[in-house]
Amino acid sequence: MTKIIQPKKQSNIFKRPSSETGIWSWITTVDHKRIGIMYGYAAFFFLLVGGIEALLLRIQLASPDNNFLSAAEYNAMFTMHGTTMIFLAIMPISAAFFNYLLPLQIGARDVAFPRLNALSFWIFIFGGVFLYSTFLFGTAGAPEGGYLAEEVSRLGSAPNGGWFGYQPNAGMKYSPGTAMDYWAIGLQILGIASLVSAFNFITTILNMRTKGMRFMRMPVFTWMTFAVSFLLAFSLPIIAIALFYVTFDRQFGTTFFLTEGGGDPILWQHLFWLFGHPEVYILILPAFGIVSEVLPTFSRKPLFGYPAIVFAGFGIAFIGFGVWAHHMFASAISPVAQAGFGLSTMVIAVPTGVKIFNWLGTIWGGKLSMKTPMLFSLGFIGMFLIGGLSGVTHAIVPADTQQTDTYYVVAHFHYVLFGGAMFGIFSGLYYWFPKVWGKMYNETLGKIHFWLMMIGFNLTFGPMHWLGLQGQVRRTWVYAEETNLAFWNLIVSIGAFIIALSILVFMANWIYSRRKGPEAGFDPWDARTIEWSIPSPTPVWNFSKAPEVKSLDDFWHMKYDEDEEGRPVKRDTADALLLELEEEGLNPKEDIELPNPSYFPIILASGLPFLGYAVIYKSLPLAIVGVLLILIGSFGWGTEPLEEEFTEDTENE
Amino acid sequence: MFRHKKIYWLSFIFLSSCIEDAPLDSLSPAGPYSRSIDELFWLTFWIAVGVFVIVQGALLFSVFYFKEREGSPEPKQIHGNNFLEILWTIIPVMILAAIAVPTVQTIFDLAREPEDALKIEVIGHQWWFEYKYPDFGITTANVLVIPEDQPVRLEMWSNDVLHNYWVPKLNGKKYLVPGQKTYLNLQADSPEEFWAQCGEYCGLSHSKMRGRVISMTEADFASWVENEQSYAEKELPESSLAAEGQLVYLNAGCTQCHVIDGVWDVQGDRIAPNLTHFANRNVFAGAALKNNRENLTKWLANPAEIKPGTFMPNLELTEKEINALIAYLGTLK
Repeated sequence: MTKIIQPKKQSNIFKRPSSETGIWSWITTVDHKRIGIMYGYAAFFFLLVGGIEALLLRIQLASPDNNFLSAAEYNAMFTMHGTTMIFLAIMPISAAFFNYLLPLQIGARDVAFPRLNALSFWIFIFGGVFLYSTFLFGTAGAPEGGYLAEEVSRLGSAPNGGWFGYQPNAGMKYSPGTAMDYWAIGLQILGIASLVSAFNFITTILNMRTKGMRFMRMPVFTWMTFAVSFLLAFSLPIIAIALFYVTFDRQFGTTFFLTEGGGDPILWQHLFWLFGHPEVYILILPAFGIVSEVLPTFSRKPLFGYPAIVFAGFGIAFIGFGVWAHHMFASAISPVAQAGFGLSTMVIAVPTGVKIFNWLGTIWGGKLSMKTPMLFSLGFIGMFLIGGLSGVTHAIVPADTQQTDTYYVVAHFHYVLFGGAMFGIFSGLYYWFPKVWGKMYNETLGKIHFWLMMIGFNLTFGPMHWLGLQGQVRRTWVYAEETNLAFWNLIVSIGAFIIALSILVFMANWIYSRRKGPEAGFDPWDARTIEWSIPSPTPVWNFSKAPEVKSLDDFWHMKYDEDEEGRPVKRDTADALLLELEEEGLNPKEDIELPNPSYFPIILASGLPFLGYAVIYKSLPLAIVGVLLILIGSFGWGTEPLEEEFTEDTENE
Repeated sequence: MFRHKKIYWLSFIFLSSCIEDAPLDSLSPAGPYSRSIDELFWLTFWIAVGVFVIVQGALLFSVFYFKEREGSPEPKQIHGNNFLEILWTIIPVMILAAIAVPTVQTIFDLAREPEDALKIEVIGHQWWFEYKYPDFGITTANVLVIPEDQPVRLEMWSNDVLHNYWVPKLNGKKYLVPGQKTYLNLQADSPEEFWAQCGEYCGLSHSKMRGRVISMTEADFASWVENEQSYAEKELPESSLAAEGQLVYLNAGCTQCHVIDGVWDVQGDRIAPNLTHFANRNVFAGAALKNNRENLTKWLANPAEIKPGTFMPNLELTEKEINALIAYLGTLK
C-alpha cells in the first residue's frame, strides 16, 4: 500500500490536469524522468533527420561534378545538418540525460523547478518545429541581382547560410527570402530552452543534493552537468544578442554587420565563436561525464583521479571561453591575436589530456567487462584522442591556415562530436537502458551496432583528413574531377551508409528490447552510484526516502568492503541490503508529495513560434496571438500553486 | 593491362592514395611560405603520431590485458596517484611549449611584408577573383600571373561577402573582407601553374570560385606585362566572324558589366571580369571552366546553369551570335 498524495481537483484558469496515462499525461507532465524520455525521443528523431540530410550530402559528393542536388539544395542541406545535429540532436540528447539522471544521482525527488523544466522541453520542441517549418514556408534564392537556371525547390528553401551564418552572406542582400530568418529566430527560441534548463540544473545541483552529498561526493556526470549549465548560462546570451543583430539587420534595416552602413562582418565572427567555442564543450562535456561513470563500473575500480577529472572538466569549461579566435586564424585578425589564441588553444589540450590519462588509469589494472556501454566508452577514448590530436594541429596557426575551411576540419570535429560526444551518448543510452525501462537490451545487437558504427565512422571521417589536406574545401557543392579527390570521397560516402546501417541496428535493438528484453533487475551492472540503488524502471517518486550519502560511490561501498590488499570483498550484508532496498524502493513508507502536472508550460512555450512568424511576416495578428498565449501561460502559471493542497486519497500500486 | 581485377583494384587504391597529383594539395609546397608551414605541420604531425601510438597503445594494451577472464581476481581499488597527475600535466605542457616556439616565430615571419615585393591587389567577387597590378596598370581576372622566385604581396578585400584566398602550394589562406584590407604573401620556386580556391563559404557557387596562379620566368613575366598593358588587336578584318562577334559584344548588353580596354570608351570598374586579354587566360567563369569553344558555348547559352546565382544574365543569344562572340573572344590576346 503506497500513499501517493493526489491533488484536490481545483479550478484555476483550467482544471488541473489529472490523467496519469495517455497523451495528456505526457503533455502536462512535470516529472523529470518523463521529460527526459521525451527529450531523448525528440532528439533522436532530429538525429535521424540530420542523418538523412548528411546522407544526401554524401550522395552528392560521391562523385565529382555530380548533379544529384542543386547548389541551393546542397547549401540548405549542410546548413540544416549542422544546425540540427548541434541544436536539435546532441544538445537535447544531453538534456535528456541531465533531466533523467541528475535528480537520481544527487538523491532528489525532482529538479528544483519542475514546471520550468517542462517549459524548456516545450520551447525546444516548438523551436525545432519552427525551424523545420522553413521546409514548408521558407523561401531562398540568388543574391540580389543574381540569376538561377531553375526555381529553388522546397528542399532548397531551408536556411542556406551555414550553421555559422557568416555575415554578410547570411544577410538579406546575399541570402534573400525568409529561410535565414527561420534560422536566426529558430536558434533564438532554442537558446531560451537551453538557458532555462541551465538555471534549473544549476539551482538543482546547488540546493537539492541529498544529505551527505557534498560536492566532492557528486558523481562526475553530475559535475559535468554543472559545468555545462554554467557554459550555457554564460555563452548563450552572447549568441542571443548576435542573433538579434542578425534579425534586425535582415528585417529592420540596421547595419550591425554591413560594411556599407559602418558595420563589421568580423564582429559577427567574434560574437558567434565567443558562443561557438564554449558550445563545443557544451556538446562534449556530457559525454565526458557519461564515460566517467561507465569506465569505473565496467572496470570494477573507482575512477582514477576523481578530483583531477572534475577540475580538468571545469578547467576546460573556463579556458573554453578564451580560445574562440582559433576559428578565425585565416580571418582578419593580427599576428599577435593569432599567437595569443594559438597558445591558449594549446593550453586547453592539457586538461583534456589529463582526462584521457585518468580514464586510462581507471581501466589500467581493472577487470574489464566488455559490455556494449564499455565498448562505446573505450571507443570514445580512442576516437576522441584522434580528434584531440588533430585539434592540436589546429593550434599551430600557420598549419591551420592550410587546414581551416577544408575537410580536415570536418574530420577533426566529427572525431570530437561523433567519435567523442555521440559514442559517449550511445554508451550512456546502453548503460542506463535497464534503469529507464527495467529491461535489458540485447547484447549481441549492441555489439553489432558498436562494430558497424566503429567501422563506418572511421571509413567516413578518417579519409576526410586526407581529403582536406589534398585541398577539398568545406561546403563544396561540387569538386572538379582534376582535383583527384573522387576515390576517397566515394569511400567516405560508403562509410556514411554503414553508419546509417548501424543506427538501424540500434533502433531495432531498442524497439525489441523495450518490449521483449529480459527483466534487468535494479542493479544489473553492480554499479557504484546511487541511481542504481532504486528499482528499475525508476518509480515515479525516485527515492522512497531521501538517501543519506556517506562517501563517493556510496552505493558501491554499501555493497563492498576492501581487504588488506585493497581488493573489494562483498559484504555479508550486501544481498540482504539489496533485497531490502528493492522492497523499500517499491513501497515507500512515507507519504510522497510530487509536483503536480500543469498545462501552462506548453501554453507559454507555444506563444514563441507565433512571435517568430510575426517578425518574419511583419504580422500584427500573429504577434497578438503569440503575446496572448505567453500571457495566459505566465498568469496561469503564476496563480497556480506548484503543489495543490493534499487530500488523503490513497491508491494501490 | 591488368589481367586480374584484384591487381587493378589494389593499384587503383595505391594510385589514388599516394601518387596522383592533386592540384590543391597542401602537402606539396612549391614556395618558401608554404614550405615553412609544411615543416611546422610535419613536426607537429610526428609528435602527434608519437602521442597517438603511446596513448592508443596503452588503451589497446589495457583492453586486451585487463579484459575480464575466468578467474580474474577483483582489481585493487586505486583512487589515483598525485605523482602521475603532475607528470601527465607537465609532460604535455613541455611538448606544447616546444611546438609553441616555432609556431609563434612562423606566425610573425609569414605576416611580415617582404622587401621589394611585387604588389598585387586581389578583389573578391561572387564568384571570381579580380587582380590588379597597381605598378603596371593591369586589371585581370581568374588567372594571377607572378614572376618566379620573387615575393608577391597581395593586398586583398572583398566587393561583397567574405571570401578566402587559397593557393595551397604557395601559402595558407587569408580572408577577403568587405571594408577592410588583408594581406598575404606568395612566392613560387619555379615556373608552374597552381590552383587557387575560395575557402570560405560565400553563397550559391562557392565551390566554383576557383583560380589559377601562373608563375613565370622574369623574361616571360616582363613580356606578359607588356602585352597586358597594350590593347588587344583592334582592327578586325571586315566581315569576319570575329568582327560580327565584336558587334554582338557591343550590342547584346555585354558592355553593361564587362570592359575590354580600347573597344569602348569605358572608364572605371565594372562588376564583371575585364576581358581585354581574355584569350590568354586558360580558364574563365571563376576558373570553373577551361577556356575552350565547347565550354564557352555552354556558358554563353545559360551562365546560371553552370554557376547558380551568377550575376551574368542569360542574354538569349542565338547559336550564330554565340559562335561569333566566341570567335571575337578568341582574338583578345
